Amino acid sequence: MRRLLTVLAALATLSLTNCGYNTIQSNDEQVKSAWSEVLNQYQRRADLVPNLVNSVKGFAQQEKDVLLGVTNARAKVGSIQATPELINDAGAFAKFQQAQGELSSALSRLLAVSENYPQLKSDALFRDLMSQLEGTENRITVARNRYIRAVQDFNVGIRTFPNNLTAMLFGYKEKANFTVENEKEISTAPKVDFNVAPAPAK
Amino acid sequence: MTFARVVLLAFLLCWPLAATADVAVPQLTGRVVDQTGTLSAGDIDTLTQRLKDLQTRKGSQVAVLIVPTTEPETIEQFSIRAAEAWKIGRRKIDDGALLVVAKNDRRLRIEVGYGLEGALTDVTARRIIDEIIVPRFRAGDFAGGISAGVDRIIRVIDGEPLPAPQPEASHSVDPTLLNIIFSPFGLLGYAAIAAMMRGLLGRLLGSGATAGVVGAIVWFLLGSIAISAFFGLAAFFLTMFGDGILAASQEASRRAGRRGGGGWSSGGWSGGSWSGGSGSGSSDSGFSGGGGSFGGGGASGNW
Repeated sequence: MRRLLTVLAALATLSLTNCGYNTIQSNDEQVKSAWSEVLNQYQRRADLVPNLVNSVKGFAQQEKDVLLGVTNARAKVGSIQATPELINDAGAFAKFQQAQGELSSALSRLLAVSENYPQLKSDALFRDLMSQLEGTENRITVARNRYIRAVQDFNVGIRTFPNNLTAMLFGYKEKANFTVENEKEISTAPKVDFNVAPAPAK
Repeated sequence: MTFARVVLLAFLLCWPLAATADVAVPQLTGRVVDQTGTLSAGDIDTLTQRLKDLQTRKGSQVAVLIVPTTEPETIEQFSIRAAEAWKIGRRKIDDGALLVVAKNDRRLRIEVGYGLEGALTDVTARRIIDEIIVPRFRAGDFAGGISAGVDRIIRVIDGEPLPAPQPEASHSVDPTLLNIIFSPFGLLGYAAIAAMMRGLLGRLLGSGATAGVVGAIVWFLLGSIAISAFFGLAAFFLTMFGDGILAASQEASRRAGRRGGGGWSSGGWSGGSWSGGSGSGSSDSGFSGGGGSFGGGGASGNW
């Protein structure tokens, strides 16, 4: 009878579900797959850009600066090696994010400009590309959200007791997360001055 | 004057705080959830029937959700939350689609599950919205717009080769419960039961009783007869011979006499009745999401 108990006690110790090693592993994998999805969707957007630029070019040749801006931003995004290891390197992560942010703003400039060309806006190809771009931007948002949540789970997992001991033992570090690109801009409160008379309506 | 300004400023600062309470995702009461009372009961019945037919024919689930507003969120944020909460579409096939209409915001969106993104692409979804639904909505024909839009979605899905629908989903095993069973608690609990039963009833009967108890607990936790029978048998053999296996490594000679007449007692088969598939008939109350996932595909529009 005591032997039976000994065997079971040994089995219980062997099933290391309590020290969090398995949790860390599954969270780590979760973060990786969430990150792959982010990369996947960014790639999808990057693939759309050449078509978009071409379709705008046909109607709005004179918007050279804007088109060039998009092309350059796209080239910059392509030059960064987007590997899964990026998430463990805060510097490379920030660089990647900056490049993607530049492409975002270049694209939004292009969209703003395209508003001035009614012919372009009613072009079927352009409209299809636009809905693809919108869908992709939305997918990027969703993928980033899920990545943020996965990283949160992972980071909470390796910082709480007793998992932090396991994490220390195996060298797991907190993972980088997305931040807002223009944090400073947002955090300064907008100035509202009531003393200035509003501009006279025309 | 300054006081008024302070109050105004406070008001301005507090306003976003008061407004950040997101709209809760409504309960999935059926394939068509209308919180605005736009659709008549007859409309809802016809739509539900068509969507039900689609599910029996193709296996994919499509739902319609009409809410007054999604403020302060955008319709994209709200609809992905609704899709994540409802989990429509089959698990792993992810063939769900959700048509969300925010009536007072004059916005609508088709949210497409991963498995349907190939057929119901962003472009197709946008065309359905712009060319089929929006013109009818502009004319004030909400029931007609939704009905025509759903029809088109169904036709698109019909053209997509999807895995054949399963007759009735069997009990799926929750992995966290399996974790509980294999955790130290589960094993210690088993040890306690085994020790007690063997102490009270002797080796053979005790093993049988342990198997019965373990099988019953597993059956209760997982709801699967086959798995509980497996656990029961495992418990039986472990209780019966567990110490023998250990002893074998040390004292092989002493084991020889013990193994005598160990009869086979089918203690593991705690013969419970099979709970048949819930036979809810005509109403749509039994509808629930199949576990499909969404990744933000689809298109939005306004009217």
